Amino acid sequence: MARAKKGVMSDLCLKGENVHLWRGDHHVLRGVRFQVGAGECLQLTGANGTGKTTLLRTACGLAYPEGGEITWCGQNIRADLSAFHAQLAYLGHEPPLKAELTARENLEYWVGVRRRLDRHELDAALARVGADHWADRPVRTLSAGQKRRAALAGLTLMRAPLWLLDEPTTNLDAEGQKLVGALIDEHVQAGGVALAAVHHELAVSAGRALRRMELTFA
Amino acid sequence: MPDSGAVTSPLRPAFSTAGDAAGAAVSAVGAARLVLARDLKLAFRKRSQLVQPLAFFAIVTTLFPLGVSPELPRLRPMAAGVLWAAALLASLLALELLFRDDAQDGTLEQYALSGRSLTWLLAAKTAAHWLLTGLPLALMAPLAGIALGAPGAAVPGIVVSVAVGTVALSLIGSIGAALTLGVRRSGALLSLLTLPLDIPVLIFGARATELAISGEAYGVPLQLLAALAVLGLTLAPLAAAAAVRINLE
Repeated sequence: MARAKKGVMSDLCLKGENVHLWRGDHHVLRGVRFQVGAGECLQLTGANGTGKTTLLRTACGLAYPEGGEITWCGQNIRADLSAFHAQLAYLGHEPPLKAELTARENLEYWVGVRRRLDRHELDAALARVGADHWADRPVRTLSAGQKRRAALAGLTLMRAPLWLLDEPTTNLDAEGQKLVGALIDEHVQAGGVALAAVHHELAVSAGRALRRMELTFA
Repeated sequence: MPDSGAVTSPLRPAFSTAGDAAGAAVSAVGAARLVLARDLKLAFRKRSQLVQPLAFFAIVTTLFPLGVSPELPRLRPMAAGVLWAAALLASLLALELLFRDDAQDGTLEQYALSGRSLTWLLAAKTAAHWLLTGLPLALMAPLAGIALGAPGAAVPGIVVSVAVGTVALSLIGSIGAALTLGVRRSGALLSLLTLPLDIPVLIFGARATELAISGEAYGVPLQLLAALAVLGLTLAPLAAAAAVRINLE
């Protein structure tokens, strides 16, 4: 059983082959190639407007590339998009939190759509990101950094092997940035896959597991 | 997609993938129920949005007698038309917000990436819209009807026809709301898109209400209204999900 699990883990691989994507007349992604496997984190860097977010949205199946393909575990993600989505957790620019709900309620609804959550698990995730003291406050009373921490708790609760992160350290203080690095470290050390668009270097200690790819204006 | 099952790690809990081998997967209906519960909770915490269409309906039906005539025999023939025009516009008023907030804060993106059926999730949001707009309108309509000269015996007919008709209006509106997601100040465009589709609902609904007020059998227009609601239930969530996916791209 353990061997089978290990075999499955080593199969995890997100790969982009010759990906082309236009936004109107603007050719945003021109033949982009990338590969990130189990236990690896690929940092996407590049100036504003080079297509980091577009590449992430294409990799998670929200945007349709006009050319090339994205594969997950060797299979085109479009072959079974729902099954692929069930294996990924995506964190965009804005944390998907409702101002009128508490951080805890937001996570119950956000993550609860994907999987059942028990209270202890939720408490542990909130404590992990330092949210245990303010988890029951309405999100409208939280700072941008606290909202980002709550979103990070949601990310860990998804239990998805593939993380797609768009500027995960936005609005976070130095300690929060270290937290992001630690969460990614734990994720890749557990055999997960992470693809992150970043402006600032992630504080990840998993040396060899961290790779960089710079997008430039084509 | 290979079944990755659950992968354990000393550092963090098992990954749950491919339908969640750990048995914690949520069914499409379970996920939809959660979305419905969330939208209802949100609506009760943002009461101003909840009250707006109902206040609009009450104002229109109250002002009408002041503008036409306070005499009930003169108002009674117009009561069905007034009720339905006010109900349609009140329902439309709340539609603009149906998906907009969720699109802006990334919730719709998360729904689309949840691995659960977007059709079911959007159907749940539309159900919440009906529970918060259509159902209260159906419960308010008899009061407005009586103020416009409808007899007490017409109350069941008014409630049923407005309740069934607003189901169809919410479903048709969900397609328009999804199509206009990417448009700023989408209210006018939403009205242009949905009003032509709402006309049959208005015609059959007003006819059923009119027959109920005049004490005649209103079964036929009510059945046609129900047929429109069933048609909407079958097609609208699929169309709305497709439109949302296009807008998220």
